[in-house]
Amino acid sequence: MRHEIRFSGLGGQGIITAAVILGRAAALYADKHVVQTQSYGPEARGGASASAVIISDEPIHYPKVTEPETFVIMSQAAYDKYGCKAANNALMLVDPGYVTSRPCCVCLEVPATAEAKAQLGKLVFANVIMLGALMEATGVIDYDSLERAVLDSVPKGTEEANKKALAIGREIVRKQL
Amino acid sequence: MGGRKTLRTKESGDRILTGKTEFYNGNTACAEGALAAGCRFFAGYPITPSTEIAERMAARLPKVGGTFVQMEDELASMAAIVGGSWAGARSMTATSGPGFSLMMENIGYAAITETPCVVVNVQRGGPSTGQPTMAAQGDMMQARYGSHGDYSIIALSPSSVQEMFDLTVKAFNLADRFRTPVFLMADETIGHMREKILLRENVEIIPRRELKEGELPCEPDENGIPGFGTFGNGHNIHITGLTHNEKGYPATDSAELHEAMVRRQVDKIEKHRLELTDVDIVNPEAEIVFISYGAPTRTVRQLLADEPGKYGHLNLRIVWPFPDHCLEQFTNAKAFIVPEMNLGQIAKEVRQYTNVKIITAPKLGGALHTVEELKKAAAAAETATRPVTEVRL
Repeated sequence: MRHEIRFSGLGGQGIITAAVILGRAAALYADKHVVQTQSYGPEARGGASASAVIISDEPIHYPKVTEPETFVIMSQAAYDKYGCKAANNALMLVDPGYVTSRPCCVCLEVPATAEAKAQLGKLVFANVIMLGALMEATGVIDYDSLERAVLDSVPKGTEEANKKALAIGREIVRKQL
Repeated sequence: MGGRKTLRTKESGDRILTGKTEFYNGNTACAEGALAAGCRFFAGYPITPSTEIAERMAARLPKVGGTFVQMEDELASMAAIVGGSWAGARSMTATSGPGFSLMMENIGYAAITETPCVVVNVQRGGPSTGQPTMAAQGDMMQARYGSHGDYSIIALSPSSVQEMFDLTVKAFNLADRFRTPVFLMADETIGHMREKILLRENVEIIPRRELKEGELPCEPDENGIPGFGTFGNGHNIHITGLTHNEKGYPATDSAELHEAMVRRQVDKIEKHRLELTDVDIVNPEAEIVFISYGAPTRTVRQLLADEPGKYGHLNLRIVWPFPDHCLEQFTNAKAFIVPEMNLGQIAKEVRQYTNVKIITAPKLGGALHTVEELKKAAAAAETATRPVTEVRL
């Protein structure tokens, strides 16, 4: 089963970090085949940020996303560029603090930035909250693998806060499903 | 750097990362492959989309007793790795199209002085500064013929992150074995994407053959390859970009000597085409056969997985010298389709060796060929009547 996930938002929201952590979790700890790609164009330096992760049980030949099953959208510009193209059977996670549009497909509101500020005191945890939500909403990765990848990717001293961030994301989705 | 000691790979402690599985991008994998192969000298000028190679080497080389130099430009980068190589270190630089162009003069110098070195070109859209962040394969002919005069080189083309590691190791071995510049012709897609990679332990190292007592510095062995007189090992040697005799001294007015030197330097590679063949051959009985290298290989493999048995595939991991003998293995071939991220550079090479009709499937602009586009090329192959037909994707 090939599962394509599109992450997009603003530079500084940790979009690419989130994609790399998910890829790392699936590749190294869940023993999946994974390809992660990201936008390197001028837009990546001027605000917009985009990345994609493909996770599969089989070897991945074509390395680019074609029709993502899952979208993580953290800015309105990202919605306009990627989110509006979501297929009707896709799943979208949006941060309602940044995204006003809503798609035709199933959409979960994950106020990652607001919860990061309110519960953890820093906006930087928003991307890990999103990862916790993504895990719970899709089952594309298991908790242990994701936690390991988060912990070996984040700065020393932030481990507990990042574990909390994962749990916050998971709870937000549990309440909605 | 410490002379030949730098060719050893065993390091104390945990400084060498081999044996681990990692989730790296292609450029990082390339740098780690170089370190595993014993590369201990890197001189370069960072350029998108190859920059992560220089960054990784800058961070890692000092930890393994190597040297990283950020040079003033690519002319100097290429000159520095020639020097590093003669000092005994496995030496490398990494660049992209604009820097590759600047390296051409000294690549010729490396060719005529038979200096083992590895040049990585993570290709982007050209000509000139073109599309810095987009993938292309437009430098394949430049890799073969970019410097002036007649010479031959070896060029490899990776299509996965693992191959960025493995083919970098291979590039160093071939550079030392054949005493030639070896090019790793990657592209932005493979350089920047992340995949799982095994940092192989105890990679095979085939060191260059040191010059023997009594042997002349440019005297070829039975393979046409002279021994290497590493600086500091007591050899009296002269290295020059001028046409030179077996002693290594300039001898520019003899037509016979010049022809013999050029032919030997070309033949040492071209006559080893069988040894220098690294390909995948899939469904050799097929009538429609794709020939690809680098990123487009990924799309061809997707198509073959989607429609098993329908198409043949020749994937080239070594593009130069071109493995023309592999074309004969596709005995039923009615068309060779060559999808490239350029206007058909290797397709022209295929044309030299076959009367089978050729479909070129060029794709410019940075996006990888899609499976649908390859199907379109395959459909065109059925109806094409001319010897070479370009499909506009």
